[in-house]
Amino acid sequence: MRLDLVPRDRRSPLAAALSPVLAFLTAVLIGGVAVAMLGVAPGAAFTVYFVAPLSELWSLQEIALKAAPLALIATGLAFCYRANLWNIGAEGQFVVGGLAGGWVAIATHGSAGFTAWILPAMLIAGTCAGIAYAMIPALLRVRLGVSEILTSLMLVYVAELLLDYMARGPLRDPAGFNFPQSVGFDEAARLPYLMEGDTLHAGVLVALVAVVLATLVLGRSLFGFATRVAGASPRAARFAGFSEERLTLAAFAISGGAAGLAGIAEVAGRIGQLQPTISPGYGFTAIIVAFLGRLSPLGILAAALVIAVTTIGGEAAQIDLRLPLDLTRAFQGLLLCLVLGADVLTRFKVRLVPGAAR
Amino acid sequence: MSLDTVQMVLVTVLTAATPLIIAALGELVAERAGVLNLGVEGMMVFGAALGFAAAMETGSTLLGALAGAGAGIGLAAVFGLLTVGLAANQVASGLALTILGLGLSGLVGAGYVGLKREPAPLLHVPGLSDLPGVGRLLFGEDAFVYVGLGLAVGVSWFLWRTRAGLILRAIGDDPVATHALGLPVRGVRFLAVLFGGACAGLAGSYLSLAYTPFWAPAMTAGRGWIALALVVFASWRPARVVAGATLFGGATVLQLHAQAASLGLPGQLLSALPYLATILALVLLSLGRRQGGSLAPAALGRDFTPHR
Amino acid sequence: MADGTGSGAAAVDPRPLFGAYGIVKRFGSFTANDRVDLEIRAGEIHALLGENGAGKSTLMKILYGLLEPTEGVVTHRGEAVRLRNPEAARRLGIGMVFQHFSLCENLTVAENIALVMERGLRRGTLAERIAALGATYGLHLEPDRPVWSLSAGERQRIEIVRCLLQEPKLLILDEPTSVLTPGEAELLFTVLERLRAEGRALLYISHRLEEVRRLCARATILRGGRVVGACDPRAESAASLAALMVGEQVREVAPGPTTSGGGERLRLEQLSLPAPGLHATGLRAITLGLRGGEILGIAGIAGNGQAELFAALSGEVPAPQAGAVRIDGTPAGHLGVNARRRLGAAFVPEERNGHAAAPGMSLSENVILSRHATAPLTRFGLVRRAAARALAGRVIEAFDVRKAGADPAAGTLSGGNLQKFVIGREIQAEPGILVVDQPTWGVDAAAAARIRQALLDLAARGSAILVISQDLDELFEVAGSIAVLHAGHLSPAVPRTGTTREAVGLLMGGAGGPPVAADAAASGRAVTRSEIAHAP
Repeated sequence: MRLDLVPRDRRSPLAAALSPVLAFLTAVLIGGVAVAMLGVAPGAAFTVYFVAPLSELWSLQEIALKAAPLALIATGLAFCYRANLWNIGAEGQFVVGGLAGGWVAIATHGSAGFTAWILPAMLIAGTCAGIAYAMIPALLRVRLGVSEILTSLMLVYVAELLLDYMARGPLRDPAGFNFPQSVGFDEAARLPYLMEGDTLHAGVLVALVAVVLATLVLGRSLFGFATRVAGASPRAARFAGFSEERLTLAAFAISGGAAGLAGIAEVAGRIGQLQPTISPGYGFTAIIVAFLGRLSPLGILAAALVIAVTTIGGEAAQIDLRLPLDLTRAFQGLLLCLVLGADVLTRFKVRLVPGAAR
Repeated sequence: MSLDTVQMVLVTVLTAATPLIIAALGELVAERAGVLNLGVEGMMVFGAALGFAAAMETGSTLLGALAGAGAGIGLAAVFGLLTVGLAANQVASGLALTILGLGLSGLVGAGYVGLKREPAPLLHVPGLSDLPGVGRLLFGEDAFVYVGLGLAVGVSWFLWRTRAGLILRAIGDDPVATHALGLPVRGVRFLAVLFGGACAGLAGSYLSLAYTPFWAPAMTAGRGWIALALVVFASWRPARVVAGATLFGGATVLQLHAQAASLGLPGQLLSALPYLATILALVLLSLGRRQGGSLAPAALGRDFTPHR
Repeated sequence: MADGTGSGAAAVDPRPLFGAYGIVKRFGSFTANDRVDLEIRAGEIHALLGENGAGKSTLMKILYGLLEPTEGVVTHRGEAVRLRNPEAARRLGIGMVFQHFSLCENLTVAENIALVMERGLRRGTLAERIAALGATYGLHLEPDRPVWSLSAGERQRIEIVRCLLQEPKLLILDEPTSVLTPGEAELLFTVLERLRAEGRALLYISHRLEEVRRLCARATILRGGRVVGACDPRAESAASLAALMVGEQVREVAPGPTTSGGGERLRLEQLSLPAPGLHATGLRAITLGLRGGEILGIAGIAGNGQAELFAALSGEVPAPQAGAVRIDGTPAGHLGVNARRRLGAAFVPEERNGHAAAPGMSLSENVILSRHATAPLTRFGLVRRAAARALAGRVIEAFDVRKAGADPAAGTLSGGNLQKFVIGREIQAEPGILVVDQPTWGVDAAAAARIRQALLDLAARGSAILVISQDLDELFEVAGSIAVLHAGHLSPAVPRTGTTREAVGLLMGGAGGPPVAADAAASGRAVTRSEIAHAP
């Protein structure tokens, strides 16, 4: 038997928009079967996973809080992936951003007087640290031709270990009874809440602004055009006079900066101190989000919300239905596989040729 | 340092190197056919979970190892269908496979956290295994170690001494030309991906059946990624995979020993050594690559769709 | 050597060795072959003639088992056979020499040959058989050399040896001389004549009519997927064969100017560049000057430095000295492609898809690609999409680009239409200097005529034009003077009226140029093999 791919003459925009939806439904279907095999009624699981999180104010806030870093990181990654650059180290850039910004907060802890500069300084420090950390794989690629895939990933482990060391060592709260964590940040070093008495903080707005900005830059600017050409036809990009080197550095800077900003926003927003770990794998989940959103900022926003819903739902399912948390991760991996497969179907007609080899 | 201490250090190095050797050899074959599968970590961790579960249920290390390899094959089949069958992006598909594998391993392993079983038995040849200084190293390892070394010889022989190996290398060099000769490009690529999966799964099951005979979530701890780096480091040659893996195994052992001896360095720095060493190796490799023919399979990472 | 029947037996057997009857091949709505009949007899060289897109490649792939026909049968000595894959074709005695060699560059000669040999063949045995065959036909090969280190002629030798080792009854050759020097082509003709005399059948696909008239006794002519005629090429003239192929009178191109009155607009001064890669050619002290109103043609066989020269002219690869490239007197060697465009230069690379245009992007986006620095297409870093669409529309109208939809992806256009678009895109800017690499490669005759006319018209308006082309007919049609690029070395330009195709052809083969092969000159290896030395 042989699988034949026949290129489609025209790509239907409708099919392109529907293919992730179809992939999502298929994943839900397979997930339902898996849940049933684990001895839970699929209907009940569906409610817990996808309906309940959307029906209460606190869980809606949680969704927004989870979706914000995902959308912010994935939007940055979209620039890299569009340019055919494979930064898979956003997790490390996130961690370094949180660490650098958190260090500013700890260094200024307890300072009196004019403190309004502290929060902006933290955000800038976090962003810059993310950029600087992303420059390592970018420069190695540009100058020496080292594959950015492996270097960016290896640096994730290094960043995590660095944070672990700092939180347990130099930045530990001396009065903290040896708990591996820093002092709690001052009020001036925290992102303000959007609503009094709730958990929703200003980091969500940062993510929204980033998505709007990225839509404009990627879709309408010459730089965005250059990024897309470089990814689709590198030789044509050279012919257009777009410097591959500059584009590589810029794309890595954008994705690293976005991840670093997301990192410090998480630390200054939700956590409020430095701990040995600050990320539940946002940097990796954002890769799924980026592809699920088909590398377009608005699609990424929608995808981030979907993933956030399943994550919140997964936590609830663990408590209510005793379903393992890894089910959520497996679901997300499956979803990405299906989205990638469905994407091919919009570009090719697939035909099965029975009886033929190859 | 006595001869036996040296031997024990070498034994630890070899056991640390074995999972890297097995996984990297599988990936090497896939990459020689032109397919870059970044999902090694996912296949490996799934192999570790399923391998341990199967061994606990059946009581057989062999069946556990086979189940581990099967787990890798299963995930590799998904990857092969996506990238070879549907020409989907290899990088993205590999990442998806990693996430899927981590999730599935958690599901399968959930019931086995905290359980222990006897490690895979060591070879014992009366007389030989007890030779002072070398007996334990040469004749007293577990089966995985010998399988790994045998695999290196086998892969080398296959790639350079058989017609099928020649076809596989040709496909990795120029799939269009090979297809024009009527050779089965996608079939061979698919099989190469499956072989890579089997090796990754087997390497994972080594971790949970022999290296640390228990299951812990995400216990591969980035070894799959190091195996990937190792293939590049070895410039796609099986013998160099063994050498490189031994080097990396040595770094791991050094880290453990140094921690035990508490050199006053932070433990985190030592834990980061293998990752930093990988980056350094990649840099050195690219510095040394300035002349000579093309080392990497020329079509690595490029998808292939046969057309008119 | 040949099969047992020999030429005598074949002459008695009234059934053709191979036949194809009523062959139809459709790709979706497109019909590549439409009820094609073809008979090939033992002991003949049969020509298959036709323009690009006439359906030659499709028919040949069906005969080699790479494609299965939608309808129709293939017969072998009168009996229907099914060619499911090339292996089946090879078992029936069909061999094929590809135009774009199907060789793996990083494998050795022997490995490439072993790919199609029977299982379990020992290396030593194979090497002996390669040597024996080489001795018989004068096709010498070094089995352990990697293919990337070989010249085009040597690569073709591998393809032929690979076929002959399988004892083929039918050998299909697809444009076999397109990459050969005249000397190499002569050697090939000797081998082909000998194979024919042994009683084998040869299917010879070419658009070089002189060769066909010299080699072939029968020809089948395809046009638009159909057989439009059969003839004895020896009894035809090149002109009558061309008329059969093209089917319509091609618009005559007004002859180009041979002299010019303008000042010098483009100058290369001792431009030398190292070879950028293993498979590339370096440039060696290239000097030329080009005045306004002048068209300079650069002839040469592919792989002699054309791509490198184009990149050095466009600025995709900067020159070592600023003064090595001068645009209207301004030193431009260090400038990038956009800075050169701002000086009034424009460029059209050889490869349409992926170099001159991004196939997945719309035509209006492809206008931005090369014009963003020279046309008002951006404001504050943002793209003015309406302006880009308007500019694309003007190009499409001026050059009669046929397309489907308002602003389709460049990749959906046919070769000729996309080429008209990318050339039109540059000419619309009224460049003072235009550099074109292979302006009509793989383009249908009507589009080619339009493109050539546009080049002549631009020159008449005072621009300096540099045309790099492998097609001598084209150069003699448009260029005022012609120079030859061989092994990275450019011969002095001579006026078109002062030279002949034969003289230029000799230079293309290296006569008069430096006595080293192209790849060897680039990598600095000592040369022990000369292509012509192997001739019997």
